[in-house]
Amino acid sequence: MSARPTPRQEAAAVVDAVLADLPRHRGVVVDSPPGAGKSTLVVKAAGHIAETGEPLMIVAQTNEQVDDLVERLATEHPDLPIGRLSASGYITPGRILAHPNVSVAGKLPDLGDPAVVIATADKWAWVGDRTWPWAIVDEAYQMRSDKLLRIASLFERSLFVGDPGQLDPFSIVDGDRWAGLSWDPVQSAVAVLLRHNPDLPVHRLPVSWRLPASAAPVISEAFYPFTGFRAGTGHADRRLEFTVDGMRTCQDRALEEAAASGWALYELPSRHTVRTDAEAVRATAELAVRLLQRGPVAYSERGAHPVTAGRIAVGAAHRDQVAAIRAAGVPPEITVDTANRLQGREYDVTIVLHPLSGRRDATAFHLESGRLCVLTSRHRHACVVVARAGIPELLDAHPSAEPVQLGVPVKFPDGWEANQAVLAHLSKHRVRPDR
Amino acid sequence: MSALTALAQLRAIRDGVAQRITTVRHCHVSAQPMVLIPLKLAGEAAAPLAAMVGTDPGHPRLLVVPQPRNRDLRFAFAAGLAEVLLPYVEGFAKSTETVERRSGEPYERCLDAPQILVPNRSAASFVGLLGRSTRFRRADGPYPVHPSVPLLGRWLTYFADRSQQPGSSMLLVATEALSLHWATGQSGLEDANLAALMGWIDPPPGTSGRQAAEEAEDPLLWPPAGPATDPGFDNEVLGPAIRAYEEAPTDRAVDRVSQALRTQLDPTWRLMWRAVELLRSLPEGARVKDRWEFDRGSFTRFTERVAEGGPPQARRDGAVGAAARLAGLERARAGYDVQRAHDDPLLMAEYRLTGEAFAGTVTSADPEHSEGEGRSRKLRPLVTVRTGDPVRLTPGTVVGSPDRRGHAAEIVGIADGEITLKIVKGMGRGKTPVPGSVPEPGERVSYTSLTDDFQSSAALPDPERTPWTHGGPPQEYVPSDDDAQEEWL
Repeated sequence: MSARPTPRQEAAAVVDAVLADLPRHRGVVVDSPPGAGKSTLVVKAAGHIAETGEPLMIVAQTNEQVDDLVERLATEHPDLPIGRLSASGYITPGRILAHPNVSVAGKLPDLGDPAVVIATADKWAWVGDRTWPWAIVDEAYQMRSDKLLRIASLFERSLFVGDPGQLDPFSIVDGDRWAGLSWDPVQSAVAVLLRHNPDLPVHRLPVSWRLPASAAPVISEAFYPFTGFRAGTGHADRRLEFTVDGMRTCQDRALEEAAASGWALYELPSRHTVRTDAEAVRATAELAVRLLQRGPVAYSERGAHPVTAGRIAVGAAHRDQVAAIRAAGVPPEITVDTANRLQGREYDVTIVLHPLSGRRDATAFHLESGRLCVLTSRHRHACVVVARAGIPELLDAHPSAEPVQLGVPVKFPDGWEANQAVLAHLSKHRVRPDR
Repeated sequence: MSALTALAQLRAIRDGVAQRITTVRHCHVSAQPMVLIPLKLAGEAAAPLAAMVGTDPGHPRLLVVPQPRNRDLRFAFAAGLAEVLLPYVEGFAKSTETVERRSGEPYERCLDAPQILVPNRSAASFVGLLGRSTRFRRADGPYPVHPSVPLLGRWLTYFADRSQQPGSSMLLVATEALSLHWATGQSGLEDANLAALMGWIDPPPGTSGRQAAEEAEDPLLWPPAGPATDPGFDNEVLGPAIRAYEEAPTDRAVDRVSQALRTQLDPTWRLMWRAVELLRSLPEGARVKDRWEFDRGSFTRFTERVAEGGPPQARRDGAVGAAARLAGLERARAGYDVQRAHDDPLLMAEYRLTGEAFAGTVTSADPEHSEGEGRSRKLRPLVTVRTGDPVRLTPGTVVGSPDRRGHAAEIVGIADGEITLKIVKGMGRGKTPVPGSVPEPGERVSYTSLTDDFQSSAALPDPERTPWTHGGPPQEYVPSDDDAQEEWL
C-alpha cells in the first residue's frame, strides 16, 4: 500500500491533469478553494500555452486582478511579450512599468503582437474581429454570464479558473424573470457554461496553501461540504507570537486566543443596532490598533516576519460599515474593505465584523455563504470575528424562505447552514468584553 | 429601509395618517389613464374571471367569464377586453412629432402614450399571464379565436414587461406608486392592500389612518382588490352563481355572475380613481417628463413592430435577449435612482445621511484658477464649501450637483467640515468661466457622487451567433398549429 501523497504531490498531479486536458476539450474548469494556488495555475498554464507558440488571451474581472496577473506573469516569464489592454482612464502602476516585456495600450493594434494579451472582461467586450486559439478566464465564478456572452466568440478553447465558494455575481435589478433558464444572465459564467456543456472536465485544486491547519477544515466543511480540501501545512508549521506583553484586557485576550488557536470570536452583548453599530465598529477598530501595538510576528514555512499593517485586513459586509471603521481610527496602512473587494486577497491576520451582527433580520444578502466565506478565508495565521451575541437565535428565527424556482439547480452550500457551522466553531473561541 | 422612511413611518403611527416621503411626484400620471382591475378564478394561475376597465370614472366597463373553466368563454372575455383596450392604445399612435438626432436620421415619436393603472403588483403579473395565454392564439387553425385576441396578448405582454422597467409609467401599479410617495404606519406587506394603504393616506373624515386600515381588512366592507377574490365570496356567492350558469347558461345566469362580481369590483374602482386624484395633486418632478419621453419612444417602437407584423414576443428570453434586457434594466435602475434624488431634496437627504452627498454654503471661490501651462492650460475653478453633513466621500471622487446640469467637480480635500472642490466640467472652454457656472461665496449648494452618466455596455452578438458557451444559436420561432395545443390552464 502506498502512503498518502504529500499535499505538494497531490496539487501537482491536479495541475498536470488540467494541462493534459486543455487540448482535448473546448473548455476546462478548475475549481479553486481559497489560497489553493489559482494564480500559480494561471501563470503555469499561460507559460505552457505560450510554449506552443499560439497566442493567448487572458480575462480577469477587475483592473487590480489584471495588474496582479501581469506582474506575476512578467516576473515568472521575463522573455514572454505581454500586452495589457486598458480603458482610457487607466493609470499604469509602477509595478507594471518596471517590466520591460509588458506593453500597455488602449487598442489592440497599439500593443504590437504580444504572445499574451490580458484585459478585464469589460475591456475584452469591446475588442472585435479577431479570434484567439486560447483563452484563460480568471475568477470565472465571479463573472456574470452576460459578460461571457459578450466575449465568448473571441476564443476557440478556454480554461476557466475560479473559486465556487466566493461571492456570486449580482445585479441591481431583479433577475427572477430568467430564473431556471440555462443562460440566465445573472448566473456565473461557469454555471451557464456547464449547463450547456455538461461534459466539460471539472478539476479541483485539493490543497489550500494560504489557510492554516486551524482554518482549512472549518472553511472546507462549512463552504465546500462535498468537494473539500486540506491545508498544505501542519499545525506546527504556523505560529503567531506577540513581542509586546498584553494587559489581560478583553481585547488582549481575544488576540491571544486568535494567536493560539487561529480563531477568536469577540462577542459583544446582544442588541439590535443600526448597520454602523458604533460599539461594534469601535471594537473592530480597537482590535486592529491593539494588534499592531502587540508587535505580532508570524512564523511559517516561509520563515519569520513581523506582521506589519500591510499584512492586516479588516473586513465588513457594507460600504458604510467600512467607512465607519476607517473613521474610527484604523491606521491607513491597514486594509479596510468589503467582502466584494477582499476577494482574492491574502493577509496574515484578519479582523471581521460579522455580517449578521446586531441585525434584526437575516436577508439573502447577509446570509449569502460567499460573503462569510470571503471574510473568513483571507488569513494565513488568524482571524478575529467581531459580532453581537444572538446570531444563532437570529438564524433560527429566519430559516431560508426564498421561493423555489423551477429548473434552478440546487446550490450548495446553503448560506444558513454555512453560517451555523462557522458560528458553532467560533463559539469554542469566544471572548466576551468585561462589562 | 432608509432612515428617513423609517422616521416617516413612526410619524405616521404617531399622527395616525400617512406621511409624505417625497416633495414631488416621481411618476407620470396621464391626462387620460385607463384603469384595469382584473380578477381571476381562485386556484387557477391564469383563468380570468372578470375585469373592470375604462377611462371614465363614471362609466366602467364590466367584463365577466360566467364559467372560467371554459376555454371559449375565456377567449371571448379576451376579445371583449381587446374591444376596450385596443382602441384606447391605438388612439395614441395617431399623432406624432419628429425628433432630431445628433447622429442619425430624425425619427417619429408619438406625442402621448397610453397609461394603464392596476391596483397591485399581482394584478400587473396577471396582466403578463393573460398576455402569455393570448399572444400565441390564432384566428385560424385549431381552437380559433377572434383576431383581436393575439393582438391584445402582445399589448398586455408589452405592458407587463414595461412595468418591470424602473422609471416607466406605462403600466402603473397603484400601491407601488402611492408607497413611493407616502409612508404609512403599517408594514410593506400591508401596504400592498390598496384599501388599507388608501385608508392611511386618505382616511374618511373623523377616522384615523389606523382605523381606516383596520376596516379595510374586512372583506365585506372592502373586497380584495384582486386578482384573487375573497374565499367567503367564492363559496357563498360566486360558486352558486357559476353552478347556476352551468345548469342553465341563460342571460339571467350571466347577469347573476355579473352582479355578484360588480359588488367585488366597484369599491376598488372608486379607490383607483381616488388614487389617481391623489397622485395628480402632487407637483411633478423635473425629470418625470424625460422618463415619460422614453416611454413614448418605447411605445412608438412597439407600435411600429406590431404594424410591421413582427412575431409575438418569445415565450422566454433567448440568451442574447436576456442579456440585452438585463443591461437595459440596470441602466434604467441606476438612472432612475439618481434622477429622483436630483429632483427631490428629501430623497437627496437620504444620501446626505449616508455620506454620499452633502449640502452647504460656499465660503470662498477662485473662479479663474487653472492648471497646466501653455497649450495644456486648463481652467479649473476652485470652490470651498462649508457643511455640517457627515461626508464619506474621498478626495479624487467626481461629484455632480442637482442645481447645475452638466456641472462636475472633483473633491480635492476634506478637512473640518470644509470641502474643497475643483470644477472640471460645465464652466465653458474659455479663460474665464461662463457666468453662473461657478458657485459664488454665500451660495447654498449641494453635491453628490451619484451621477446619471451610465457607461454603455459593449455590443452583444447577434442572436444567430450565440456562442457555444450559451447553447449556440437558438431555433427560430415558427408559428404552428402546435401553439394551440399547449397547456392552457
